[in-house]
Amino acid sequence: MSGGQQGGQVIVIGGGLGGLWATLAIAAAGHRVTLFSLFEVMRSHSACAQGGINAVLDTKGQHDSVRQHIVDTIKGGSYLANQPPIQSMCEDAPGLIRTFERMGVTFSRTPEGLLDLRLFGGVKNKRTCFAGASTGQQLLYGVDQQVRRLETEGQVAKQEWWEFLSIVRDADGVCRGIVALDLRSLEVRAFRADAVVLATGGLGQIYAPKTTCSTNSTGAAASRVYQQGARFANAEFFQFHPTAMLGEDKTRLMTEAARGEGGRVWVPKDPADRREPTRIPEAERFYFLEEWYPSYGNTVPRDIASRAIWKVTRELGLGIGGGDRVYLDLTHLERGFVSTRLGAILSIYRKFAGQDPLTTPMEIFPAAHYAMGGLWVDYEKDPATGGMRRGSPRNHATSIPGLYACGECDYAYHGANRLGANSLLSASYSGRVAGEAVASYLSGLERGAEAAPAAVFDAEQGRQAEINQRLMRSDGDQNPFRLHRELGELMTTKVGVIRDNAGLDEAIAELQALEQRFERLDLAESSAWANQSLAHARQVLDMVRLAQVMAVSARARDECRGAHFKPAFDIKMPEDSFPGEPAFEAYRERWKANNAEWLKTTVADHGPDGPRIHFEPVDLGLLAPEQPRDYR
Amino acid sequence: MQAQTPSDSPACETVELQIRRQHGPTSRPYWQTFACPVRPGANVVSLLMDLREHCVTQDGTRVDPVAFEHNCMEEVCGACAMLINGSPRPACSALIAELEAPIRLEPLPKFPVVRDLMVDRAALFAHLKQVKAWIKLDGPWDVHERAPRVSPKEWQANYLYSRCMSCGCCMAACPQFGPQFGPEATFVGPAPLAQVRLMNAHPTGRYDKAERLHAIMADGGLSDCGNAQNCVRVCPKAIPLTTAIGELGRETTLQAFKDLFGPH
Ligand SMILES: Cc1cc2nc3c(=O)[nH]c(=O)nc-3n(C[C@H](O)[C@H](O)[C@H](O)COP(=O)(O)OP(=O)(O)OC[C@H]3O[C@@H](n4cnc5c(N)ncnc54)[C@H](O)[C@@H]3O)c2cc1C
Ligand code: SF4
Ligand code: SF4
Repeated sequence: MSGGQQGGQVIVIGGGLGGLWATLAIAAAGHRVTLFSLFEVMRSHSACAQGGINAVLDTKGQHDSVRQHIVDTIKGGSYLANQPPIQSMCEDAPGLIRTFERMGVTFSRTPEGLLDLRLFGGVKNKRTCFAGASTGQQLLYGVDQQVRRLETEGQVAKQEWWEFLSIVRDADGVCRGIVALDLRSLEVRAFRADAVVLATGGLGQIYAPKTTCSTNSTGAAASRVYQQGARFANAEFFQFHPTAMLGEDKTRLMTEAARGEGGRVWVPKDPADRREPTRIPEAERFYFLEEWYPSYGNTVPRDIASRAIWKVTRELGLGIGGGDRVYLDLTHLERGFVSTRLGAILSIYRKFAGQDPLTTPMEIFPAAHYAMGGLWVDYEKDPATGGMRRGSPRNHATSIPGLYACGECDYAYHGANRLGANSLLSASYSGRVAGEAVASYLSGLERGAEAAPAAVFDAEQGRQAEINQRLMRSDGDQNPFRLHRELGELMTTKVGVIRDNAGLDEAIAELQALEQRFERLDLAESSAWANQSLAHARQVLDMVRLAQVMAVSARARDECRGAHFKPAFDIKMPEDSFPGEPAFEAYRERWKANNAEWLKTTVADHGPDGPRIHFEPVDLGLLAPEQPRDYR
Repeated sequence: MQAQTPSDSPACETVELQIRRQHGPTSRPYWQTFACPVRPGANVVSLLMDLREHCVTQDGTRVDPVAFEHNCMEEVCGACAMLINGSPRPACSALIAELEAPIRLEPLPKFPVVRDLMVDRAALFAHLKQVKAWIKLDGPWDVHERAPRVSPKEWQANYLYSRCMSCGCCMAACPQFGPQFGPEATFVGPAPLAQVRLMNAHPTGRYDKAERLHAIMADGGLSDCGNAQNCVRVCPKAIPLTTAIGELGRETTLQAFKDLFGPH
């Protein structure tokens, strides 16, 4: 393309909600899209989301407002997210839902045939649209079907079963295409593009197997562009879900509702107690949430529950059988009630654990769930509205010209913690915004990718092919799948629910040692066709490098904010003191002083000696932090 | 720091896995047997994951890890479907404790094998295109108007079909679907037919109903369904495929009448 309004060639990597929305927006502006994915896009992790997607429709007589959605999102993220993007996202949410509905998404309905809304964690109003118990799946299929139609019209071409390996930059540092690996033939090939959008999802696999994420959520793609110069922001902020059922392959989410409806969390007082849980008398059980948080009991917020379970198992050694597990008990509740209120959980647990939660307490543990941090992306603020300027080519641009990022792999909307049901929204919304930004970028582009010299593509393709050849020849003793497990164990233990600086220093050193072990890799397979070990080994190495960014970022932040919890720096709210009283006001001052020091975005740049950290101010134009959160 | 290997974690039973392997699309299949340690809660995916790390057959030979597909491990992405003890089903929800041993694993039939337990389900997606399984939008922008209302009852019926995860189990079980009938006359198969039922029920999807019905009235369409009911028995999402096929049978008959006598 040559500066034209239409007819550009764009590559989108990833076909979850973020990537498919970006594809639709770019195609709508008249450009061609080539869509890369590890597998058929409709199998992306977005399909896993069950709960729902937030949008203010105010159809439940609660006077819900967009302003309240904005405020909840800002506060939920402990003020760490820039506010203009949050404002625009919340304003556009109802329109997105209407568009999804037109696509045929089977949203659950009220008796009047309107979209039904449910209450979700961390907010007071019913604001969450849902489609039965499979919202993410339904939303994903909605956009997947639209993209399939564009495929038949020739506007979109899919490269499924291709893994993104790296971007290609020209002499000016502008992104002009990518190099990818055919996961079947193992061909390594360079592709030209006038712009590239990365929508490769989250990174929970860095904590595997204690994660609710799919296998595609490795963070490897984001790590690759980070290593090529893209900035990575707020890497220390990662959300753990307190109640995931244990599994050998992954841990599966059991919604908050299980506690909300009366589920009790406990461990046997004696961890060596081997009796069936239902045979353990009340007096020999430790209901630690009820004991430690008498007013909230089992319904404490997510992060508090995760930390308490961590303390009981890892610090007090009171997990069931001494291991990483506690009971989430529904057996005392009325069966009919549980079946109607928690039917979805019951069936998941029965299906995957082969046991019935109505008669046996479930075994659960916190699991890595959602990355708030991600690739740093820009935005242009519209002074007239306070939101993002629509159609600005700066929106969702990474620090590399021509490279955009959207979906869970960017850092933009959730600050230090994410509100439930806000990430299907951010993934969809950011995809559309990134797509619109790409269209603006293309109309301002003087020379397209066809003008870039072949040499830069050949060089990058050669470099990537060489990495594969070296791996295929490897004859060490380190199994990539085992390295992955060790990474998960290390990150879960030392860069997890609770952090301390000594542990983080160890983690940083151990991650370096882990990286070095890749020198002695044993691929265990030399097949030149559909070699899954090769692709996995490359992913795990890039995950280790991203884990270093997470550990170094966590080391750099000496405070507690949102999901990042370092007890040594905790500023505790005085228990029996309220606003206006001296103890509380003294606390407020400390809280404000802490914000003055730490309310800033962590930004990591790749350097030869590891990540280099600097901090950036946060745009607080809408709501400045005056009021500490108070759950009392 | 040392993570436990599956094989060195505390005393566990082993189960015999018999896996039909195939190096590439045109290679000859062969069988290999593995003795896998089983921990509580193990499923077929978790055993295959363990095998990647330590792929040694029962007689002690080290072999290439078994290629297989899995993504969500929650029975919602549809990737891991395979033939387990002869039945097509997702591997992640196939609990070892509930399977008869030895456990036989084979690639999903009817689809070309890529490698080992991985198959290429491109035909399914091609058929979704053939039947135009989408709603025609003017564009993916907001038109500031919501879609028409849908009664909860109608929603309930539609929702059943919208949960199809394109795993291909129904296609694998259907006696009418498959390459044996030649590339031209391939029956679209139960899953795409159910999507026609779903799209035709949408308030604006109805606009293209005739077009979709015509797509399944052609060769390889509905008339190829032998009504064997195999599909509905294997669908892991309990999608009422034969109900959809029955409804479409009536619709296509009506459509045929309209085509003959209706205004052109
Ligand atoms: C169990 C669970 C439940 C959840 N429930 C909710 C909920 O109720 N509400 C909510 O709002 N959020 C929820 N979330 C979060 C939400 O689902 C995700 O944040 C969101 O779906 C991410 O979408 P995405 O488009 O960014 O990425 P994904 O859907 O993960 O898609 C990533 C895509 O990138 C591709 N890809 C990755 N790497 C490469 C590569 N190297 N080369 C080529 N392609 C690549 C993959 O093939 C895939 O297509 C939940 C998350 C989990 C884990
Ligand atoms: S009922 Fe029709 S679609 Fe289903 S298995 Fe039988 S022939 Fe196939
Ligand atoms: S209808 Fe059922 S069996 Fe067939 S592809 Fe869909 S989910 Fe799988």
